[in-house]
This record gives sequence, C-alpha cells and structure tokens, in this order.
Amino acid sequence: MIELTFPFNENQIRALKVGDEVSINGVVFTGRDAVHKYLHEGGQLPTGVSLRDGIIYHCGPVMLKQADNTWKCTAAGPTTSIREEPYQWQIIRDFGLRGVIGKGGMGERTQVACRDYGCVYLHAVGGAAQVLAERVRQVRNVHFLEKFGAPEAIWELEIVQFPAVVTIDSHGKSLHEEILARSRAALAARV
Amino acid sequence: MSNLQVSLVELIRRTSAEIPEDVHKAILHSLEQEKKGSLASSAMAIIDQNIALARRKSQPLCQDTGSILFYVDTPVGYDQIQFADTAREAVKEATKKGFLRQNSVDSLTGRNDGTNVGTGAPAFHFHQHRGSELEARLVLKGGGCENVGAQYSLPNEDLHANRDLDGCRKVILDAVLQAQGKGCGPGILGVCIGGDRATGYELSKTQFLRRLEDRNPVPELDALEQDILKTSNELGIGPMGFGGKTTLLGVKIMAANRVPASFFVSISYMCWAYRRQGVRLNAAGEISNWLY
Repeated sequence: MIELTFPFNENQIRALKVGDEVSINGVVFTGRDAVHKYLHEGGQLPTGVSLRDGIIYHCGPVMLKQADNTWKCTAAGPTTSIREEPYQWQIIRDFGLRGVIGKGGMGERTQVACRDYGCVYLHAVGGAAQVLAERVRQVRNVHFLEKFGAPEAIWELEIVQFPAVVTIDSHGKSLHEEILARSRAALAARV
Repeated sequence: MSNLQVSLVELIRRTSAEIPEDVHKAILHSLEQEKKGSLASSAMAIIDQNIALARRKSQPLCQDTGSILFYVDTPVGYDQIQFADTAREAVKEATKKGFLRQNSVDSLTGRNDGTNVGTGAPAFHFHQHRGSELEARLVLKGGGCENVGAQYSLPNEDLHANRDLDGCRKVILDAVLQAQGKGCGPGILGVCIGGDRATGYELSKTQFLRRLEDRNPVPELDALEQDILKTSNELGIGPMGFGGKTTLLGVKIMAANRVPASFFVSISYMCWAYRRQGVRLNAAGEISNWLY
C-alpha cells in the first residue's frame, strides 16, 4: 500500500504504476457530471476551490445537515467515471489535477492527458459507500449546492487512508484497456 | 403516520442498508474464490466490510440509492391509488432520514427538489391476484449498472447472432463484455428474450425478484443461465473489472412472446449492491413477514 498525501506532486504521481494499491490522505473535491460539463463550457471554479496538484473525486455523496449546520457524510462511494470522458482531459490540462478518483475506468483521451500532464486515475471500489464514508474525516465545505443539487455539488472533503487502485498511470498504461483486450480474446474463443 | 407508511419506510430502510442473504452468500463465495492478495480479493474484502457496516449503521449500502421500483401484488379491489400516495410519502420520509439520497432530477430543468418524488418517480408495478395477501417488493437500482444495460435486435450481423438460443447467448455475452467493470461487478443479469422494447426491459427487471440460488423451471433457459454464468466467469473481467474469477454472481432469464417481425433480447445488469427486499402486509398495513 502506497501512501499519498495532499498536496500531490508530479514526481510522486509519476512513480505510480498500474496495479499499485494506494491510501490517500488530505483534501479532495467531489465533482461529477454537472461540474465537468460546467468547467468544460468555460465555467469558473468557485472561490476557495483549487484543483492544482489536487484530486477530483467522481462522487455524489449522501450528506445530512447536522443541528450545528455542519454536514455529516453518510455514504460516499465513487460514481461511474466514463461519463466524464468528453471533459476530463481538459480539466486535467487546465486545472492541474494530479489524480482522479472514480470507478469503471476512463478512455483514451484521459489516458493521454494523464501521460502528458502527470496525472493518474485511481479506482475506488464501486458501491462501497459505507467503507469509504468512514474515511471521510470532515466535510469542510460545499459549493454549488443550490445550483447543482446535493449529489452534483462540489464537496470539499478531508479523507484519511482512502483505499484505491491505480488503473491508469502517467506512462500511458491502462488496466481497463488490458482487461478489455484479454476478455475480448477469451470471449472470441467461446462463441 | 399510517401503519402502511411506517411499514414502507422500514421496507425502504432495510432495502437500502441490508443486502439480501442470498446475495451475501454469493459474495462470500466469490471472496473465497479470488486469489489472496489480488486486486479482486481486496475489492471483495472491501465489499464484504461495506455490507457489514451498512447494516450496523443502518445507512445506504451504496450512495446511489437508485431508481425506486415498487412491485406490488394486491388482492382484487385493493385501493392502489391510496397505496401509491402513501408510498410517495414514505419515499419523502426515507429521504429525509438519509436512507435514500436526494436522487431524482427533473430531466428538463436539471432541478433536484430533494424529495425523490416526481413524474415516474418512484415507479409502481401493480398486479392483482385472487388471493387475500398484499405483497410489496422494492428494488433500488443504481444508475451505474442501469447504464450498462443493453437491448439487442436479432439478427445482429456484427455478432453473428441469429434468431435462436445461440444468438441470444452471443448478445448476452457481448453485453457482459461491453459492461466490463462499469456496472460495479460482480453483477447479476436479468434478461428477457422477446417482448416489445418497453416490456422487454420491464420484464428483464422482474428477474431480479428471483432468488439467486433458484433454478429456472424451463430447461432451455436453465441451461442458458448456467452457461452464461460459467462463460462470463471465464472471461477474466472480475470484480470492478480488476481482473479475476467472478464477473457475474448470477444470471436470470425469461422468455416472453414477440411479434414475428421483432426479436429483442433485453438485458438489465444489477450491481453487486443488489438492493431488493419485500414484505407481506396484513390488513392493518403492518409487516407480517419479510419475503427475502
């Protein structure tokens, strides 16, 4: 298990290889469909949000507002990342991302952006909302709550020992591409 | 709050937080099968921890609490309108309590009013029967697995799939290949051979009401179910698409009549976080027993 702690730097990210299991610590921002489309169309990040040397987490958590107006995260697994494929490369390039946490993998454009700009795709276990919510130590802030609704808002989370697997590295390799090729060949032999 | 509403909130809570026992058994079997120290084994171990944690904390297994699908079998003459009104209130209540995420969006405006109630949401499938019992089943189906569902029209030249069982086999296996890990595998397939486009998909989802360990009473379909399960698990896609031995936990297939011109195979994919529960309700609206 490799420890990754915010802020992330290019050398640290370049050292990671497909198949590495990592444990992530520090601040991450959630962002999914609405946020990606918005940024792709030239929208600005809200004040106080910077993705530089940071991680975006494809996640629409369940949040409950507490009596003291703070938020409690009660479920927070990853959402399917491939929907952000049209936008992700540009957000990696323009906002200086070092990591993308999600599930299901991403495509060629993201793979190329990871290679060109020094970023990795980190696959969390889909559906493991409780295990992953336990790794959220604090909900620090929320942005665009009114604009996009709770699942689509940008939540600023402090995470501790958040488990993930590197499935796209910064050297042009993708576990998803390998498994697809292998499973396609295995199926061809069986139909 | 009426007895019925209390019962339905409890049905939603339990569906969202507790994996059915038959599914849990299949997941534990998969955990044993995967090679120790592999990515697949790590993923299955996290899944197993997640199941325990969700149950203990009474919180959603998965944050995507999904499309809310009610399947309600009622005696003749039962007031379905009243049931649906009460179920909508129960959904609002369960959302406030955090058993459901604020998960329903107006498709035109993008607005999420936070209630989970709107046009077509939740969805109701009512069936009358001659008995005196009221049974309400609930499936919460996440979007990730719904997005990898597929409908094929046979013949399909690209896949060399003709209008026969072998053609069905080819397109079902293609759907498994296309899904890879995107639907949060290991998954469960619900398949309908035949029907029109809408009923085909609708009936494919009713297959998720079957227990995982049951066997299809139709010999040809039983053989096809076992074959798809075995072959899929030889493809090496594995949990989350990380590679490994368990690509699917189960396959359930039915056949419906079709018109001569159409031959659809409709495939719904259910993630490992297979949220399905049901209750039998007494005349007062109280839960008399659980169905799974």
